[in-house]
Amino acid sequence: MSLEYTLRLADDALILGHRLSEWCGHGPILEQDIALTNTSLDHLGRARSLFQYAAEQFNNLPEDEKKTAVTSVAIQNLVNTGSGLDEDDMAFLRDGWDFRNVLLVEQPNNDWAYTVARALYYDAFAFYFFSALQNSKDITLAAIAEKSLKEVTYHLRWSSEWVVRLGDGTEESHERMQTALDELWSFTGELFSMSDAEKEAAQSGIGVDLASLQPKWMERIASVLQEATLDVPKGTWMQEGGKHGRHTEHLGYVLAEMQFMQRTYPGMEW
Amino acid sequence: MTVHSFQEHFDSLIDREISIEPKDWMPDDYRKTLIRQISQHAHSEIIGMLPEGNWITRAPSLRRKAVLLAKVQDEAGHGLYLYSAAETLGISRDEMYDQLHTGKAKYSSIFNYPTLTWADMGAIGWLVDGAAIMNQVPLCRTSYGPYARAMVRVCKEESFHQRQGFEIMLTLSKGSEVQRKMAQDALNRWWWPSLMMFGPPDAESPNTESSVRWRIKRFTNDELRQKFVDVTVEQAKVLGLEIPDKDLKWNEERGHYDFGKINWAEFYNVIKGNGPCNKQRLDARRKAWEDGKWVRDAAMAHAAKRKERSATKAA
Repeated sequence: MSLEYTLRLADDALILGHRLSEWCGHGPILEQDIALTNTSLDHLGRARSLFQYAAEQFNNLPEDEKKTAVTSVAIQNLVNTGSGLDEDDMAFLRDGWDFRNVLLVEQPNNDWAYTVARALYYDAFAFYFFSALQNSKDITLAAIAEKSLKEVTYHLRWSSEWVVRLGDGTEESHERMQTALDELWSFTGELFSMSDAEKEAAQSGIGVDLASLQPKWMERIASVLQEATLDVPKGTWMQEGGKHGRHTEHLGYVLAEMQFMQRTYPGMEW
Repeated sequence: MTVHSFQEHFDSLIDREISIEPKDWMPDDYRKTLIRQISQHAHSEIIGMLPEGNWITRAPSLRRKAVLLAKVQDEAGHGLYLYSAAETLGISRDEMYDQLHTGKAKYSSIFNYPTLTWADMGAIGWLVDGAAIMNQVPLCRTSYGPYARAMVRVCKEESFHQRQGFEIMLTLSKGSEVQRKMAQDALNRWWWPSLMMFGPPDAESPNTESSVRWRIKRFTNDELRQKFVDVTVEQAKVLGLEIPDKDLKWNEERGHYDFGKINWAEFYNVIKGNGPCNKQRLDARRKAWEDGKWVRDAAMAHAAKRKERSATKAA
């Protein structure tokens, strides 16, 4: 279960980092291209630390559990040959249904407003989440949380400023920003609904009680949107499934692209 | 001072190798040549993000992905300092972008070639950044201060890029058969375009003479190209890869490698817009610029509103 919890956190970081990296070279302003690439690198760095830890946790599992912990054929082949897994196996050889990221982070960039809306929703969550995870009984996760909190504090400032800029900018930007916020709203509930692995982690003092973060998150979002002269979206129906491996159609394409080299040329050093 | 004495003062700074600064008087041609060269260099960095950016989402390991992402980000940074250096000569970044988007300004032709396999990330770092360094190191001592200072930083990072490219090639060349094939294929495709990066032969290079006089250029195209060949052939030996040139051989008398004839018709065609990716690269930049317009407009509008609000508050 603790492996599943680590992967849950790693997958958010990997997939969001991937989405943001798609902007590299295509941003609206050169300085922002650089800023967003930095953020992408932060997420990727966190993904690496977490995947390294997940690989270690996996390699320490009893043999029979290794056969069921991850279902992909590529991972099973490695298990059968007795090789230990590493960070790259975790990222590149698991199948879509093995991924535990929230649906929010796999949503496409669309335009700057969607990218900024997705960032605000996620960064505000990550800020409170890593603040709490610093107290984890798991010292590896606590250390990763401490480093991530510094980064995420900056990310949240960046995304909040952009939401305000677009909300308060022109009529067009206001409208685009509101639409993006509205359309991504239904993916925010999943941030706080706890999977079994998350419940267990929270109870044992390793993870975080997500329900307790929601009011702070809501307050933060409301305050940014108010400054941005935007409305808090009203929808109450929330999409879920990512934490259980049931994703939107987008993830399959992300993985097909991201995993292409490792799948096509297995077992090589790069 | 009369124009004549301005010119004398400028010449004496050049002769004494003292750097020219933005507020110093300078001849119009000097200014124009620098704007052309620095903006072309800045555009090359920005366009150069695209062929490598093409592999960020497909990098074969997390470490390689992080290094590549950081590398492409460095290129954006280089573009930024170079645009800033050019701005000190009295041209705005928007004007320079406009020249790029309308095809008036050029950028390094090498980026009009496609990146087809992962090995191209190695070949670009090793060969293209390697050639760029040969071109750029002398510019760290170029006569225009802001350009020279920008180049010091650019060159430091480029030399890191060149090493990481070589390291990708080394890993491939020590890897499986298909990896060696990938590395050789990338060398075959990037070798000749890399030699073209030094520009036309000296006899046909219109800008060389005055540029050398002004220390905007310190070595000729052919001198730098020869130096690149001499260094790179030895590196290819370390990799166990074959340079795709049947005429390549050591010339004892000259103390240099002789090499085959460069296909200048291809070079001029790629410059003219007939390269495999010219349209694609420019379209990508134009799209980023046009799609970003509403974002830039919003940022300006918001900044203006903030200013107005704080003025009202103060009053």
